[in-house]
This record gives sequence, C-alpha cells and structure tokens, in this order.
Amino acid sequence: MTATETTDGVDVRELSYVAAFTETMRQIMQADPDVFVAGEDVGASGGVFGSFTGLQEEFGEMRSVDTPISEQAIVGLGIGAAVSGLRPVVDLMFMDFVLVAMDQIVNQAAKLKYMFGGNTSLPLTITTNAGAGLSAAAQHSQSLEALLCHVPGLKVVMPSNAHDVKGLLAASIRDDNPVVFVKHKRLLGQRSPCPEELFEIPLGVANVVRPGSDLTVVTYGRMVGESLKAAGQLGDDGLEVEVIDLRTLQPLDHETIIDSVKRTNQCVVVHEAVRFGGLGAEIASQIQEHAFDYLDAPVGRVGAPFSPVPFTPTLEKAYVPDAARIAEQIRSTAGMR
Amino acid sequence: MNPDVLRDLHHRMVRIRRFEQAAGSLFENSEMPGFIHLYVGEEAVAAGVCAVLRVDDQVGSTHRGHGHLVAKGGDFRRMMAELMGKATGYNHGKGGSMHICDLDLNMLGANGIVGAGVPIAVGAAFANKYRGNDAVSVVFFGDGATNIGAFHEAANMAAALSLPAVFVCENNEYGEFTPRHKTMAIDDVVDRAAGYGMPGVAVDGMDVIAVYEAATQAVARARAGFGPSFIEAKTYRYYNHHGVQTLGVKYRDDAEVERWRERDPIVLLEERLLATGVLDRAGVDTVHDHVQQAVDDAIRFAKDSPFPEPDRLLEDVYTEVAR
Repeated sequence: MTATETTDGVDVRELSYVAAFTETMRQIMQADPDVFVAGEDVGASGGVFGSFTGLQEEFGEMRSVDTPISEQAIVGLGIGAAVSGLRPVVDLMFMDFVLVAMDQIVNQAAKLKYMFGGNTSLPLTITTNAGAGLSAAAQHSQSLEALLCHVPGLKVVMPSNAHDVKGLLAASIRDDNPVVFVKHKRLLGQRSPCPEELFEIPLGVANVVRPGSDLTVVTYGRMVGESLKAAGQLGDDGLEVEVIDLRTLQPLDHETIIDSVKRTNQCVVVHEAVRFGGLGAEIASQIQEHAFDYLDAPVGRVGAPFSPVPFTPTLEKAYVPDAARIAEQIRSTAGMR
Repeated sequence: MNPDVLRDLHHRMVRIRRFEQAAGSLFENSEMPGFIHLYVGEEAVAAGVCAVLRVDDQVGSTHRGHGHLVAKGGDFRRMMAELMGKATGYNHGKGGSMHICDLDLNMLGANGIVGAGVPIAVGAAFANKYRGNDAVSVVFFGDGATNIGAFHEAANMAAALSLPAVFVCENNEYGEFTPRHKTMAIDDVVDRAAGYGMPGVAVDGMDVIAVYEAATQAVARARAGFGPSFIEAKTYRYYNHHGVQTLGVKYRDDAEVERWRERDPIVLLEERLLATGVLDRAGVDTVHDHVQQAVDDAIRFAKDSPFPEPDRLLEDVYTEVAR
C-alpha cells in the first residue's frame, strides 16, 4: 500500500489488482455474515494467486472453505447455499475449470430462478482467473467469456484495473443473480489507484476510459491497457481514438457503444479471446443493426487466432493480441496507411 | 409402531399413487404437454423418508420428482396446474414436471439432469451447518445417478465437510431403459457409501416401515451433527422410464414387473394396517376416496386455470436490482 501525489494534491492510494480483490472480499465478509468463500485452496493457503489471503485467519474455516478438487460440487455448494438464503462466493481457480462445472453453472445456476417461476433468487458469485501470457499452455490460459455470455440468467464481469475490481466485485457479490467474475492473471500484480472504502460500480455500465472523436475501440479486461497504448500511438499520428472499457459483458452496455459509434463513425472491437464467435462478433452485429447508417467502414475485430493457447513464449506472443496488432487494425479500419 | 405414524405413511403413499395415476391418465390423453416420469411403485421411499422430516429440512429431487413433493406436503392444485403448464402452477408454467418445486416446503426442485440435484442439496446441507441450525438436507437420486461425476463429487464433499445430509438412493433397477447390472459391477449400490466414509444401509424399498426406520436413524444422525449417511432403498418403477406403459417394453420382462407388483408397497402396508386393526377396510377406502376427491379437485382447478400470457416470457430471467 503506497500513497501517491496526484495533480490536485490529494493522496490517492494505489493497490494491486489482486490486493483490491482480497480487500473487497474482506470488507464484504466483515459487513455481511451471509457471505463466505469456498473452493480449492482458498482457505489455509489463501488461494493459488493469493486472492483470498488472510480470510481464513480472520473468518474461520466455515467462511473460508477448502473444498475437494470437485468443480461441480463446488458450484453446487454455492447454488444450494444461495437458494437457502446465503450469499456465496465460489472460486474455480482457472477459467478453463469452469468447463468442468458447466452443468451446474449453465443448466442449474443460470436457469433456476426462471424454471422455478421466479420463486427464488440466486445470489451466487463465481470467481475465476482467465487469460494467456504466463506459458500456462492450452488448459490454463483460456478466455471463455463468450460461452457464458450466451447463457440467459448469467452475468459476466471482467475488470481491467484495481479500482474496477473493487467496485465490480462488491456489486457482483451483492447482486441477487449468478455472476461470473473473471480476473485476468496478467493483471494481478498491476497497481493502480483504488479507494480504501467499499463502493460499487453498477453491473452493465461501461466506462469511457479515453474520449476521442475519430474511432471507437470497444474492449475489456487486459486488452483495455493494450488498447490505450495503441490509442496513444495513434494520437501521435492525429487520430483521436475513444476507448470503451465494457467492465460487464453480460448485461452488455449497448447504449454506450452505439452512442459512441454514432459520434466516431468507426469502430474496432478488441478481445483476447478467440476472434471466431467471440464477443466482438455480437458487438459488431449490434452496431450494424443499430448504427449502420453512421458507419464509414466495416467494424474491425481483434482477437486471438483460431487455435488453442500455445505453451512456448515465442508462440504465445504470436497468439495474444497486443497494442501493435490493435494499432494495425485501427489504421486499417480508419483507412490509414 | 405408533398408529398415527402408520396412518401418516399410508396417507402419504396413497396421495402419491393417486396423484401419479391421474397425471399419467392426463398425459396419455394428451392433456399434459411435454413428458412425464412417474413415481408409481416407489411410493414407500419418498413417504418413508419425508415422514421423518420437518418443514425446514430440505429435499433435493430428480426428474422423477412428483412423489418427493407430494410426500413433503406439496399442494395438489399447484402441482397439477404446473404439470399442465398453467399460470397457477408452482412454477407459473415455466418449469413443468421436471422442475417442479416448493421452496416454502424446502423442496428444492425436481431436476432434469441426472445427478445434478445432489450437489445442490449438499449446498443446502452446508447452509444448515453454516447457520448452526439442526435442519437436515435429504437428497433422492436413482441407481443410475450414482454413476455420474456430480454424485460422486457431492457425496465425497458432504462427507469431507461432515455436512447434515442424507443420501437416499432409489434403486429401481433401471437407468432409463438399461438394466442396472449392465452399468455397474456391484450388487448393492450402498457399497459405494463406504468409499466416502459414510455409514450406509440397504432396505426393502417396498416396505415403508423399513424405509421410515432407516430414515429415522440417518436423519437423527445428521441432525445431531454426525454427518451424512446413505440409504439404498431397493424399489421398482412400475411404468416405463417416461410415460405410462407398464408391460410390453423391450428392455425388461413382463414377468419381472408382475413379480414386483405382487409386493406393492401400499398393499403391503394396508395388509398390516388391517391385521393390526389400525384401520379397517372402510377406513382404508375412506383414505383413498378422500385423496381421490382432492386429486379430482386439482384436475378441475388445473383445467380451469389460464395459461400464462406471452408477455411473461422474459419475466424472471434475472432478479432485478432493487437497491
């Protein structure tokens, strides 16, 4: 924890992305006795990325539960506890492991309220860690958010910085629906300003992180930082790029996207996930449905190529989109050479 | 045995039987959409277990779930209306047979995915322990469900965390249309309990008293904080996996069906009630008549009820934020 001086002379505390997560968990658990966390290694060890450090010491084994390596039963534990009136957080460690629990997430958690005719609510948060860049290879690196966004009943959140981790996690846990909260592994150590007191960022509201008048970049998660880098480079070339951080992918902030595109008339959608069938396809489609007459160029898309995530650093670098690739797509969409 | 308990067990079984037979007839006459998995033949299991439970005890269920809801005290009108897809049904027509539930009775819903109700019921058991109350979560599942991963994960977790849960296997000898001996290499499903470090017992699932006594012990154990246990109730599904056909199916012998029906759980109990003087023949008939009147009333109610309006389609996908 360090304090840094801002331009207006107010001390702003900086915190790492993962420390913001842990602090929020602790504050919410202090405030609400119905909140607990369960998952593999979340208790005594504090979690594989340290996300739950200190919670078992402070709250005990009933509120910080080390479970067997049983993803279906972990999510089921959360569903049963949520239906019984608690407010569980269950951790699935790697987003790739979400697939192991897909029946409980998609066939059970997402649909329970609807199937039951509205006679229950399901305040369940599923936390996990996505993303490539650590040579973790094909089963520990995926970004599978599009699968989850396709399922009515789920909400999907992917924060890009410590401040948003805090506000979005608080909103996710306090939401009465099943929310999948996806951290990016390569952002965990990244420090940024983050208030100490608990606050909420409403789910479904995007954030314009860089205003611009010439082209809109719609992105989320770790690609927000890469897109800002690309936007900075293009600014030097005289193209004012607006960058929208979606923050929440389901529900999608349709309005902010369309309003921006109507002003800039050009758009590039950027995500780390595989391009084919990714969220970018849905967003590009919504833009052509609602802002077709405003478009000066086809909506561009940046995403990973259609391959599993490779292990070795040279191949992985070629796989993961970065600022250079985003800048290249922006230039192409904007007709710059 | 306490005559009030015997009469209660009898009443619960007759309620299930009469409800299911009526539902089957409506289904056969195309007055019920979808498909239907009937509990007829297995009544002693739900009745024997649920007679031990309190309202605050949870019940996890299966695709063959009507019997569990009836035995937990489910309302015939709202049940029948739900099966017919009506707005007055338990789930306002959005769930149907395979998702019917009553959360006020802590019946956590039938479930269309085999084995998937088990982890959810274990989650309810966790909530009981978390709150420090003495409620117990009971989960019903078939012999076939013990072959799926979700069951194994949940049973192991319940034992590892010492949760107040009771696992009730309704071994009806068939997983859908395949006989059990082709899908597992053990004779008794209860053998699996030892692998989780859980006490287990196999009982005659056609003998409601045997089921009741086993459930009494298992529930008392869980309530006292000694963790989960396992009951295998050996029972039989009179009807086909779904629908109302009993005889003439390809995968089982008619003679086998007849053999099991000779040990019908309701007839067995009635013989005992008559022999011990707990009820006389007229008393037995009165129970059936009263239950049938309630079933007929529920059918009228369901038929007279409206279908939900199309504008309800997108309602209850999410809980709206109300803060």
